[in-house]
Amino acid sequence: MKRRKVDVAALPAATARQIDDRFQVATPLRRMFNKVFPDHWSFLLGEIALYSFIVLLLTGTFIALFFDPSAKEVEYSGSYTPLKGVVMSQAYNTALNISFDVRGGLVMRQMHHWAALLFMAAIIVHMFRVFFTGAFRKPREANWIVGVSLFWLGFLEGFCGYGLPDDALSGTGLRIASAITLSIPVVGTWVTTSLFGGEFPGDVILDRMYIAHVLLVPAIILGLITVHMALLVKQKHTQWPGPGRTNHNVVGVRMFPGFAAKGGGFFMIVFSVIAFLGGLFQINPIWLFGPYKASVVSAASQPDWYVMFLDGSTRLMPAWELRWHMFGHGYTLPPILWPTVVLPGILTVLPLFYPFIEARFTRDKTAHHLLQRPRDVPTRSALGAMAITFYMVLFLSGGNDVIADKFNISLNATTWFGRIGILVLPPLAYYVTHRICLGLQQHDREVLVHGIETGILRRSVDGRFYEVHQPLAAADDHGHAELDYAGWVVPKKMNRVGALMPSVRGFFRPIEQPPGQPTEAPVSPAPDREEIGTGTRQR
Amino acid sequence: MSTHEPGADLDPGMTGFDLVREGARRDGVEIVHYAPKFPVPGTRRERRIERTIASMFLLAGAAATAFVVIYIVLPVGYSPGYNSHKWMTPLLGLTLGLTLLGIGMAIITWQKKLFPDEIAVQSRHDQIPNEAERTLTGATMLNMVEELGIKRRPLLRRAALAGLAPVGILAAAPIIGGLLKDPHHPDILFHTGFAGATKDNPIRLVRDDGSPIRPEEVSVGGQMTAYPGIPDGSSVKYADSSALLIRLRADDALTLQVNLHSRGNEGRMAGDLVAYSKICTHAGCPASLYEQQTNRLLCPCHQSQFLITNNAEPIFGPATRKLPMLPISVDDEGYVVAVSDYTEPVGPGFWERP
Repeated sequence: MKRRKVDVAALPAATARQIDDRFQVATPLRRMFNKVFPDHWSFLLGEIALYSFIVLLLTGTFIALFFDPSAKEVEYSGSYTPLKGVVMSQAYNTALNISFDVRGGLVMRQMHHWAALLFMAAIIVHMFRVFFTGAFRKPREANWIVGVSLFWLGFLEGFCGYGLPDDALSGTGLRIASAITLSIPVVGTWVTTSLFGGEFPGDVILDRMYIAHVLLVPAIILGLITVHMALLVKQKHTQWPGPGRTNHNVVGVRMFPGFAAKGGGFFMIVFSVIAFLGGLFQINPIWLFGPYKASVVSAASQPDWYVMFLDGSTRLMPAWELRWHMFGHGYTLPPILWPTVVLPGILTVLPLFYPFIEARFTRDKTAHHLLQRPRDVPTRSALGAMAITFYMVLFLSGGNDVIADKFNISLNATTWFGRIGILVLPPLAYYVTHRICLGLQQHDREVLVHGIETGILRRSVDGRFYEVHQPLAAADDHGHAELDYAGWVVPKKMNRVGALMPSVRGFFRPIEQPPGQPTEAPVSPAPDREEIGTGTRQR
Repeated sequence: MSTHEPGADLDPGMTGFDLVREGARRDGVEIVHYAPKFPVPGTRRERRIERTIASMFLLAGAAATAFVVIYIVLPVGYSPGYNSHKWMTPLLGLTLGLTLLGIGMAIITWQKKLFPDEIAVQSRHDQIPNEAERTLTGATMLNMVEELGIKRRPLLRRAALAGLAPVGILAAAPIIGGLLKDPHHPDILFHTGFAGATKDNPIRLVRDDGSPIRPEEVSVGGQMTAYPGIPDGSSVKYADSSALLIRLRADDALTLQVNLHSRGNEGRMAGDLVAYSKICTHAGCPASLYEQQTNRLLCPCHQSQFLITNNAEPIFGPATRKLPMLPISVDDEGYVVAVSDYTEPVGPGFWERP
């Protein structure tokens, strides 16, 4: 029998034809390949969060294969000798087994923890980028809301994960969580006993946190990430202003192959950084903390970094408690209510609505696809700096016992520093940032009118010295060489306008012959000066 | 833009990159700049870059092989001291990191150094609202409501609402009902493991291992964590019960004796011994850092500080209430006992707390 020869070269085309016969994917597929992405380093901050989440799913699945969240008491019989024979929960027991007796278990556990820290850090830095450049403005308010929700879901997910190993630290964290739910007015005690299935700690909370940590919350996060990405694709990415860039186009590279290659490579690098961290930098050594006991705690017990700001707010809170009598019974609003229930409530609602609040104040109803430089929107940048300062004071106060210990300062003094700082420093940051923004604006305009400072001092015939400025545009009939501000970087050094020698390629020795060195600085001075004020920005 | 009949409007003369450009154009993308990085193939610089990328891939392969070898060869488990068990995790992280770094750097170098320079411009014309489309869709949606006739049929509207509302409650019922737990029956907020202790029927204070405590076993100026002497008394089942048993110096004990009546704590000390709840009244951490010189108890979670010589009143930090004092005595056999439960709720505050 004669075998039909398979034409290998024609195989891909034939397969593609067969697929398109059935699904008609040629047009949508090509549209996806050709989608244009703008390029700027700040656009990859969100990618870090996405890639860390993928690493979290991968490592988390591995850990889940060996973890049992049961509160049932067992006697430890694993290989970590210092805890041999200690009675502990099955959750802590299996967490120890993952750390010592599962091959590669510890590196997976540590990668999981590091990836979680990186996930939250990337989300926050990505939010800074979106906030300070005005990327949340119409039509992207919905995606901003999804992003803020992702932050709080990540926070919740991280807290559940932190509580699962049932070591001394996670138990203390849970104890504080129960105090927080207890402080809720009217229903607090009911919420707490319902969550814990009775008195703290009870024996159901680990199972409940486990299902929240491995199914409920990740499923919602995954769903919201999908929405986040879908909206990004639908609305297309914002871009910085620049040559040929308008509110009606996107300038960049096509998704395939250029952008996809960069993204894929970057995923590998994020993954690799997490692997290095997970292998080489110890994190959460639960075997040193021991199992959870309600009466045991150590100094310097800090939560994961993204929870620390709430720990800080709790520490700074003065001892103010509301008590009153009503219907023959006394009632209490505990001091922990304000920094851990009311404050996070405000910190959720205010950012959620910020795009609408800003649009209302600026009476801005148009769609924006071009980003703004922070200096061009001083009020927003100052508000952002104020929020970051507020956050940083809380964050540092979350570790004030460590600061007091390491720097040999009175612990109470650090608390007072935080209490006063939280009131004084944010307005100060607002003022300073506002002034810096105006100063930067003014300098941009100065360079556009007078040109770049060359650093060359010349002496005129009458003996005066002046610095030579290189105008950025050719002078008109009146000798003026003024440019309009275009919302993008103004070159302020001569090598930014190509007036210096090109760099020499090669590491040890040049691999190309450098072109001839210019004998004189290539400047064309325009010495007249006038006063420049802050420009008005375009909206 | 004209509509495209399948295959009919393609210029047969178009080949190679013209087809790519035409495809992009139909997707609203104009490739305005496209230039190869190396117009002359095979220059020294290009070959150098190729060698660099190749070596990155090979590094990734070598590191991956090393990972597998380490994974198989190194011993798992723990053994005290400096030994090869300790090398597993760092070496796995190092080799895995190098593998991924090699792949990542290779791909990015490839993209940055060898891919053609490209500037493409995509139009946002699909993001401009289309009034005609809005009108058509709006009419279609209004027609849906019209077809239902919900406006004309008030009976159906009300019946549907009345019928569907309980279904919503039905969906919520098992979740809320299943979780709901009454905090007052049994009254867990106001009682601890010492519940039921009386003068005639006291409960002993015991150590972690269940052994009872004699007053002289607590050194002067020293402290000891004590649990209720009941089954499982020191386990997390009685997380609220633990007490800090402190033996004050003679003059400090005198100061406290004087202060006792101001907070209704008379008769709750046993000689120089005093027992305070160990659970912080702020957030429930053990307030157990005992500053012997200043007679303060400091909670390491939020730095509330309590003055032992004044009924453990809070003197700094966010805590608002004193640590409850456990009424203690010494029984006939000479062991420390609790003669009552704490007389106020232990731990963090809550709404119903008087």
